[in-house]
Amino acid sequence: MLELAWLIPAAPLAGFAFLVLLGRRLGEPAAGWLAFLATATSFVATAVVFLGLVAEDFEERFFIQTLFEWVPAGNFTVNAGLLVDPLSITMCLFITGVGALIHLYSIGYMHGDPNFSKFFVYLNLFIFAMLVLVLGDNMLMTFLGWEGVGACSYFLISFWFTDSSNASAGKKAFVTNRIGDFGFMLAMFLVFSTIGSISYANILSSAPGLATGTATAIVLLLLLAAAGKSAQLPLYVWLPDAMAGPTPVSALIHAATMVTSGVYLLTRMNPVLAVADGWATTSIAWVGALTALFAATVALAQNDIKKVLAYSTVSQLGYLFLAVGVGAYVPAIFHMVTHAFFKALLFLGSGSVIHGMKNEQDMRRMGGLAKLMPITAMTFIVGWLAIAGVPPFAGFWSKDEILLYAWNENKALWAVGLVTALLTAFYMTRQVILTFFGRTRFFDATAEEIYGAFDNRLATAGGGVASAEDNLVAAHSAVEKAAADVDKRSQAVQVSAEKLNEAKEALAKVSADDESHAKLQKALDKAEKSVPKASENLASSQHGLVQANSGVDEANTQLATAKSAFAALQAKRNSLALPDEHVTALSEAPELGDLLDEMPNSYRERQEYHPHESPWTMTVPLVVLAGASAVAGGLNLPFSKDLHFLGHWLEPSLFANEAELLVATSTKWGLAVVAIVCALAAIGAAIAVYLRGRAEPQVIEREPFARAWYVDETFARIAGGPGQKGFDLAALFDRRVIDGAVDGVATAARALGTSMQSLQTGFVRNSALGIVVGSAGVVAWFLARLWQ
Amino acid sequence: MMVSQTGLLFGAEAAEAVSFSLLPALVIVPLLTALVIGLLPSSRGEYARLTALVGSAATGALSVYLLLDFDASDGGFQYVVAQDWIADFGLSLQFGVDGISLFLVVMTGILFPVGILATTAEHHPKAYHLWVMVLMAGSMGVFMALDLLLFFMFFEIVLVPMYFLIGGWGHGNRVYAALKFFIFTMAGSALMLVGIFGVVFLTARQTGVVTFDIRALAEAQALTGFESRAVLLAFALAFAVKVPLFPLHTWLPDAHTEAPTIGSVILAGVMLKLGTYGFLRFGLYLFPEASYDLAPLFLTLGVIGILYAAIVATMQRDLKRLIAYSSIAHLGFIMVGLFALNSQGIQGAVFQMVAHGISTGALFILVGWIYERRHTRLIAELSGLQKSAPIFAGVFTLVMLSSVGLPGLNGFVGEFLILLGAFNDEARWWAIIGTSGVILAALYLLWAYQRVFHGVAEGENATMADLKVSEFLSILPLLALIIGMGVYPKPILDRIEPAVDDLIAHIEANVDGFDEPEPDVPAEHDPRELLIEAFHEAEASHAESAEGEGE
Repeated sequence: MLELAWLIPAAPLAGFAFLVLLGRRLGEPAAGWLAFLATATSFVATAVVFLGLVAEDFEERFFIQTLFEWVPAGNFTVNAGLLVDPLSITMCLFITGVGALIHLYSIGYMHGDPNFSKFFVYLNLFIFAMLVLVLGDNMLMTFLGWEGVGACSYFLISFWFTDSSNASAGKKAFVTNRIGDFGFMLAMFLVFSTIGSISYANILSSAPGLATGTATAIVLLLLLAAAGKSAQLPLYVWLPDAMAGPTPVSALIHAATMVTSGVYLLTRMNPVLAVADGWATTSIAWVGALTALFAATVALAQNDIKKVLAYSTVSQLGYLFLAVGVGAYVPAIFHMVTHAFFKALLFLGSGSVIHGMKNEQDMRRMGGLAKLMPITAMTFIVGWLAIAGVPPFAGFWSKDEILLYAWNENKALWAVGLVTALLTAFYMTRQVILTFFGRTRFFDATAEEIYGAFDNRLATAGGGVASAEDNLVAAHSAVEKAAADVDKRSQAVQVSAEKLNEAKEALAKVSADDESHAKLQKALDKAEKSVPKASENLASSQHGLVQANSGVDEANTQLATAKSAFAALQAKRNSLALPDEHVTALSEAPELGDLLDEMPNSYRERQEYHPHESPWTMTVPLVVLAGASAVAGGLNLPFSKDLHFLGHWLEPSLFANEAELLVATSTKWGLAVVAIVCALAAIGAAIAVYLRGRAEPQVIEREPFARAWYVDETFARIAGGPGQKGFDLAALFDRRVIDGAVDGVATAARALGTSMQSLQTGFVRNSALGIVVGSAGVVAWFLARLWQ
Repeated sequence: MMVSQTGLLFGAEAAEAVSFSLLPALVIVPLLTALVIGLLPSSRGEYARLTALVGSAATGALSVYLLLDFDASDGGFQYVVAQDWIADFGLSLQFGVDGISLFLVVMTGILFPVGILATTAEHHPKAYHLWVMVLMAGSMGVFMALDLLLFFMFFEIVLVPMYFLIGGWGHGNRVYAALKFFIFTMAGSALMLVGIFGVVFLTARQTGVVTFDIRALAEAQALTGFESRAVLLAFALAFAVKVPLFPLHTWLPDAHTEAPTIGSVILAGVMLKLGTYGFLRFGLYLFPEASYDLAPLFLTLGVIGILYAAIVATMQRDLKRLIAYSSIAHLGFIMVGLFALNSQGIQGAVFQMVAHGISTGALFILVGWIYERRHTRLIAELSGLQKSAPIFAGVFTLVMLSSVGLPGLNGFVGEFLILLGAFNDEARWWAIIGTSGVILAALYLLWAYQRVFHGVAEGENATMADLKVSEFLSILPLLALIIGMGVYPKPILDRIEPAVDDLIAHIEANVDGFDEPEPDVPAEHDPRELLIEAFHEAEASHAESAEGEGE
């Protein structure tokens, strides 16, 4: 059965090759199912090999399968070979198991993506590389896998490459990891130059004879390598950014498997760690402890659902380093396995939330999803209890073991570990509450939308002001017109009065019997009539003017009202000063309630969308992982030696280097109780803050936490500032100084050459021609001699 | 007559004839092809291309035949052809290949037909292909020459077609670049000629025999102390220009940028190797003691090349210039490997010469195709090409990762062996600093990839055509080698090893107190038994110490 070992990596490799060639043609969902099948086959093969290994004598559970000689050079030789032992098979079991589940999940998650089949190409290649990493029988094979998973991680982080920040995140992950790889390569070189071989069989068997200094150097180089891959201080910076990749990738690569490679490598090399100076392993423990604490504080203040989990992963990986550093290899592997279950579960759960919420990742816009996504919520809650360290869920048992060994080694390490556990329980409770409980804030108005609504209203009010202004102008022109009317009419009154007088005078001049008298009398009558009419007209015009004037007053008032309404609205908008991420339910904010009609389309569309539970391909993996997260503690229960299944199983791979516990049983119980109390207290505190509102969240979500203690931004500033300047300077130096010197010499030579005019033209051509003709002659002569 | 001779090469009963004439045929076939192209009517350019393709492919096939027929266990020169030339002056026409030159010959045989297939002449196809075939003949000859003057002749011949290819079919500033290239290398060669006469006549003074036969010269080891170092430096200068080593490298970015694609492919793939091959064959072999003495100098220049060129590459705006600088960095690794003076280092260096030729050749072909489509190589003007040309991007990614040195691809094997070898007691610090170059390699290539292929494609970038089937097929041999050499390098290393062993033995024999710096290797055991035993021992000693504490 052990002979099947080759099939473990071969199955995903075959899947990869097949999908590269035919993936596009298979399309969705067939390509996904094929990839799943390949990984599932690998899982079955692993299970068979596992049974084969169990069947061997306990102390002989090593099996080496040499496939071919890979790189031979002088007395250096290395095989493409697999080492099957309890450690590697344990890793393979959870890699292929969790891997297969995540393949299944991805079929649902990647639905509709234009590059659906390409995603599975990368996923299968990743599984292959990861299996080579853990199964390799020498450091170079591990390195092959190590770089292979790094490349896949790069491909998958920048999977949605049109967004430049995704592309940057991928590159950042690869380059940062290369810093670690530098350590890995040097460690390999040092091992070869000391032991003469880099096969694990030779390394592990000759490690006890290593000089302390050499072993220490190897361990420190491995620590550098591991810190890169497993995202420890200060090389962790790529992991939070890696969340740019699709969520199944985050679950598989950046939580469950690849990031544990560093811990695997250190565990694999445990006989070398055993020989190294104490301070080297202590450094591992402290790097882990500080990373765990650091990342936990950062996780407290993240609002992106995946960022919380990313920092949480960094923090949990810190635990694993802490464990390895104090020689607690079994707890390290134990926690690695349980963490793979519950962190994959949490990531997939968050993916299910993101999927059901139209790609929303900000927890401030979630809440109350337990009702809408019951399976996701239930399974997420299991994951939460597991990571928070609540018995009897898996995380409690494995984390408790690590804390126990930390106590055994150094109380300060234990204290850091305990504080981290407390913070973990707190931020995970915060996450669960923000996501699944409380009010459903998905439908809420965001600050942007509220301001949008305000802007709409301000536009309307502005329109009111403008029309009032128009009215005023119209009223003024009406007044002008009326005044002109009055002028005209008063003139008419004067004219008609004058005409009357003229008529009177004219009449007085003629005698009554004059023939013109009657005519003049008629004119007088007419003039007498027109005077009152003109007066009447004038009065009406004067009335019109009064009216027009009052119209102006009215328009003025109207304008003032419109203006003050506008100003009031503006003042209200300004006084709101909502932070960018603010969300609020309009129904709960009466002062904003009347904005409803003006809310922008994004808001309306959201009201019509309903967050929903994910399809079965996604929920089945959640349920399986939740089951595992609930019961995986059973792998290694502390109550009796007989229940240390995992510890006993791993023994052959650990060469008696597991630290010895010198802690009384009563102390063990005491420590466990302290841990449980801390976890429950933290959960209670988080409920008080985030569910009951007993304190403002800002008290906890401090600026340094939210900005990850400014580490990343400082790095970025150095790289973008002095770093880039230095590189620019080098390029300038090359162009100006080195090449400048060359051109300078050329110019000088040309100046010298002006006196030798004949050589000036075609110097190169002539000599070139000479060479060609001469050579051709020699060759011709040679041929003649050869074929005589 | 020639044709029938060539035809005979494949006859089984003509084994004698094969061993006698195979190597000259590698020079003659391309030369004859050039001749045929010269006789073709100028109006039928496509015939020139076809002829060149057939001629180069036939030469390539011969080189592959050579590879298959090569005796892998023999470290010496095989297929030696010796013909007196001007016997009075000790000149002879001598060809031969050992495991070191074998793969350079095969690589040349593969790169030329692929290069011809993957590119087209923009104008004057007849002259273009004629020069390419002359270049192939010269490149073949230079790796097979066993006579110093013959080597020198070929070393110079290759300059001419390359000069005309850059000057005639290049871009923008091509005349400046071609002249710079020519003058740089000519200046180096002048000193080499002095060196050649130096070593020949100083040897003759002692042995009384004038000979240019490098095997005889290497055996005589007549030069010592200052003499040998001075003569080595004369050679070294010529080679340092070719490699190129800092600070003599500035002709390369110009030449690469302005050269037509095939010029860049052959420049990077074949001509730069003349430098490192020269250091190996005419440095280490002819002057082992001086090479040993001067190793720190060459190691330092190699390491400077690795880091400096990588940093300068990062800031380049033109894709071709970027790849040119990456070549300088890769060649720096090769120098470190050679002067590690042990089996891993030198084997790694030879392997890397071939691997670099293939992956950098492929990179230049790909960039050439981008230029054909977009008429620019400026990184800033390209964006989002992965969207418009996904298969192109996939091929580019594979080649790029090979150049970055990803394990499983060909670029890694050489780089790893070089650094592993250099990490010996004598060159350790150079190895440590050189290893940091792997970080920078990832930085400049991935950054360039991100700017060119990731992001949003707009304008002409959005409509760029993907790889055509014919293009894919023409580059396929290189892709296959990139993967094949990375997954299973053993057949190559097995053939390099005997020659390198002989070389190291030669150095050990001729340098007092020099012993190959290599660690002792544990005796061979069944690995499973080793682990079981180790476990038992660990358990036992654990139990012992526990008992000790118990008492």
